[in-house]
Amino acid sequence: MSANVAQPGGQHKTDVVIIGAGPIGLFAVFELGLLDLKTHLIDILDRPGGQCTELYPEKPIYDIPGLVEVTGQGLTDKLMDQIKPFGATFHLSQMAESLEKAGDGWRITTDAGTQIEARVVVIAAGGGSFTPKKPPIPGIESYENTSVFYAVRKMERFRDKVVVIAGGGDSALDWTLNLQPIAKKLVLVHHRDGFRAAPDSVNKMRALVAEGKMEFQVANIKGLNGANGQLSSLTLNTKEKGDYQLPAEMLLPFFGLTMKLGPVANFGINLHENLVPVDTEKFETTTPGIFAIGDINTYPGKLKLILSGFHEGALMAQQAFRYCKPDEKLRFQYTTSSSSLQKKLGVA
Amino acid sequence: MKLIVTDRTGKVHELQARDDWSAMEVIRDANLPLSAECGGACACATCHVYVDEAWVDRIPAAQQQEVDMLDFGVAVQENSRLSCQIKMNAELDGLQVTLAPESL
Ligand SMILES: Cc1cc2nc3c(=O)[nH]c(=O)nc-3n(C[C@H](O)[C@H](O)[C@H](O)COP(=O)(O)OP(=O)(O)OC[C@H]3O[C@@H](n4cnc5c(N)ncnc54)[C@H](O)[C@@H]3O)c2cc1C
Ligand code: FES
Repeated sequence: MSANVAQPGGQHKTDVVIIGAGPIGLFAVFELGLLDLKTHLIDILDRPGGQCTELYPEKPIYDIPGLVEVTGQGLTDKLMDQIKPFGATFHLSQMAESLEKAGDGWRITTDAGTQIEARVVVIAAGGGSFTPKKPPIPGIESYENTSVFYAVRKMERFRDKVVVIAGGGDSALDWTLNLQPIAKKLVLVHHRDGFRAAPDSVNKMRALVAEGKMEFQVANIKGLNGANGQLSSLTLNTKEKGDYQLPAEMLLPFFGLTMKLGPVANFGINLHENLVPVDTEKFETTTPGIFAIGDINTYPGKLKLILSGFHEGALMAQQAFRYCKPDEKLRFQYTTSSSSLQKKLGVA
Repeated sequence: MKLIVTDRTGKVHELQARDDWSAMEVIRDANLPLSAECGGACACATCHVYVDEAWVDRIPAAQQQEVDMLDFGVAVQENSRLSCQIKMNAELDGLQVTLAPESL
């Protein structure tokens, strides 16, 4: 991806910060850019595209005006091309955690410690932030971040430990292969003897099992045993064996992602059934300077369509301009005929 | 045509199914709590249900794509299916399913 991706942890100042780099957040960069507004985007995913790239990269979309057929990934690539002239800064693999007032505008802090100050905040959080699924095993929460992890941030944590990885997708298999050399013992547990993951990783895993370097068990995880956040074993179950114990110090469940509203719920903005109510003139929330566009917003007649989100972004940008450049006159122009817009797009 | 759904509290709902709708669509249309995030694209596994034992062998077997996607289901059992991949028709009249637990 040829985007401008920032290192985590920095401090930034910009005109508009956009939470969510789904299709609607991306196109908002274009509409804001035409009005000379600078943008930063934050997304918990490691790449732009939101639902389009996470849920249906290969599937065709047929209702984008002017594009007879385009895949989720294709649309994202085209949007990235289209907004390139505006040099937006991306903060990826980061969760926008908190929002607070800062002077005339706002400060957003991410879970990686990045701080972005902006006059205007645009919430384009779609169906919510994509976060790892947590298996509904009783008591699992009391082991989180001590014995149960949904992502590997530091491999060292797993050195010389008895590690159990649960799942059958690419993350489960990739981490099995990565952690096997450093773990004291590694066991992969999956509900079937078959995998969604890339065949190459599966073959490598099976070879390690054949060499006696790790174990693979077909079973379901029924319970966790331990004390004070420290796991000692799992209760597994199969039809043949019934319940049985498997020693474990660490458990890594990898069951893909799910959309959760997440920290936006604590931003202090008005919510209605996990959606953000906005007006239909500016798509602004009841908090001046904070807008919501795309799947996350609600208003009478709302349709969760990409088409509608694009329109919302265009109208939002008009009001964002008034906040960011109060002394300048807003001029309505067409990209077709305005040489100043064409200069911004790098085509004049 | 009926689809009988047990929700996560154990309450049983007798839903009017429509020919050619997926079980997921019937369940969602009744406003039962099924997130079905990908809207039936077999890409999320959040439409996960358990099929009543009596029906397991009577519904068409899962295609490979559904079997693979179930790897991303939580609390998967032998009678697990993705309800968006079960098309309702007269032969499935009276099908009984239970909503599987969701991700925490
Ligand atoms: C299978 C499928 C097919 C579809 N087909 C069509 C179609 O044909 N036509 C159509 O118009 N629409 C279609 N849609 C709907 C379309 O994808 C959505 O309307 C669109 O993705 C909404 O875009 P968005 O940018 O508002 O949100 P999203 O695409 O949901 O993106 C929001 C982004 O915000 C991020 N985020 C949220 N909160 C935070 C936070 N606090 N910190 C960091 N990041 C955060 C999320 O991780 C996510 O990446 C389809 C959807 C699906 C699932
Ligand atoms: S609705 Fe997503 S897999 Fe069925």
